[in-house]
Amino acid sequence: MIEISNLTKTFSDSVVLNNLSLVVERGEVLGFLGPNGAGKSTTMRVLTGFLSANKGTIKVNGHDLESNAVDVKKMIGYLPEGAPSYGDMSVISFMKFIGEIRGYKGDELTERINYVLGLVDLQGVSSQAIETLSKGYKRRVGLAQAIIHDPQILLLDEPTDGLDPNQKQQVRALIKSLSKDKIVVISTHILEEVTSVCTRAVIISQGKIVADGTPAELESKSRYHNAVTIKLLRPYDISEDLLELKEEFSIEMNENSSGYCVVSEKGESLFTSISAIAHRKTWPIKELYATRGQLEDVFSKLTQGAQG
Amino acid sequence: MNMISIIFRREFASYFATPLAYIFVVIFLITNGIFTFELGGFYARGQADLLPFFSFHPWLYLFMVPALAMALWADERKSGTIELLLTLPINLHHAVLGKFAAAWALMGVALVLTFPIWVTVNYLGEPDNGVIAAAYIGSWLMSGGFLAIGSCMSATTKNSVIAFVLTVSLCFIFIVIGSPILLDSFPAWIPQFFVDSFATLGFLTHFDSVSKGVLDIRDILFFGVFIFAWLFASGVVIEIKKAN
Repeated sequence: MIEISNLTKTFSDSVVLNNLSLVVERGEVLGFLGPNGAGKSTTMRVLTGFLSANKGTIKVNGHDLESNAVDVKKMIGYLPEGAPSYGDMSVISFMKFIGEIRGYKGDELTERINYVLGLVDLQGVSSQAIETLSKGYKRRVGLAQAIIHDPQILLLDEPTDGLDPNQKQQVRALIKSLSKDKIVVISTHILEEVTSVCTRAVIISQGKIVADGTPAELESKSRYHNAVTIKLLRPYDISEDLLELKEEFSIEMNENSSGYCVVSEKGESLFTSISAIAHRKTWPIKELYATRGQLEDVFSKLTQGAQG
Repeated sequence: MNMISIIFRREFASYFATPLAYIFVVIFLITNGIFTFELGGFYARGQADLLPFFSFHPWLYLFMVPALAMALWADERKSGTIELLLTLPINLHHAVLGKFAAAWALMGVALVLTFPIWVTVNYLGEPDNGVIAAAYIGSWLMSGGFLAIGSCMSATTKNSVIAFVLTVSLCFIFIVIGSPILLDSFPAWIPQFFVDSFATLGFLTHFDSVSKGVLDIRDILFFGVFIFAWLFASGVVIEIKKAN
């Protein structure tokens, strides 16, 4: 369990983390969201003991980070932003270095390295110098070093940033497969990542938590949650027919005027009643469906005014 | 200790993963040769000792050691690996000592590879090999002092060229502090004990006697404390600057 209480971090001229408190339980995959400069990386750096906070405490599985830094670091696997590694080393010697620092030696070390390289599919390039590898491979080297000691806590700072769609898919699948019985914290500004891998999402803006819930809960805060999208074969005015609806609603024209979006003002589901009306009035319907809320929506609503 | 040795091995091996170590050692040997034979008049002196060899070492180190030290921390910060290194379960002093020791060991290797000159002088005459051994140890200690300054300067910046220039400047100051030219320029009203204690900060003060084979415990202590102080300062600087 990670307990962050009242964390404040200031750099010379700005407050980056503002009295931030957060508890993450075992088994959670936490998506840490926020616009650039919101304090995501700083939180990661404070959590890993790289930076020290001005105020507040961090406890990891009951150990205080400040007084027990080395013990806490042993429990954490960390992929820093940009996945830095020693470029002149070969993948295998880099992994050996990290493995030794993590306390493995001899056969056990070789075993761990082989297992982890297999997991991230790096065996084929293990004797190459890291600087000669592509971005995707470098990212995997970063992941491999973070998981070599099977950490209880995995902190990944933008793990899929700059990867191509296939690589993103692979990394996400890997994170999912690793997350059992662990705490995984992923900082990202890619929202689809949160819906696809996270069990919980926290949005921070200007160093404060502005939203905290499951991805579905956050989506339901969107204005478009439960809205009904109607696409028509030919122009037809539906507004009069909709006056029959008991719920409060508003109608928006679709982007290319091919239909409408009916938004419930109170977030109720309108789908059943609208489809009944459509059927009765024989609307020239091409498509009719209820939309889920968009995380993008909630994200921009909550973080507006923050630095871009 | 174990952590220091793991970091030491990684750093030391990385010198040899690129041509850096080889170029460094070769240039060190060539310059050493030029200084000793051309400028030092090794043969012309007609004496079986290595004084001309050792007496140029402070000036040789002035440029060679900062070149070795400049990347110690500047590169870690530039490439971001400092974040990786310092979030591993180690203490900061493990990293500072491990990296310093690796660079110092490379200096040691370079010094050991000057052995042909020792063979030469033994072939030509009968030098006092105890004196030569003491001078070697002293020279290595002095290079450690230069390196420790370099470690600290390298921690102040992401730019290794700046680190190089800063280190050269500081090392130069520590060389000339003990030199007669500077000491003679003190006005007479300054008490002698002040001038003397100022002079003891200089590398030359300590190295001169060492290079003549007098390995005084005070000189060893001086370099030891000097190295410790600058490495301690490196740790402090890294702590302050790592976030930038």
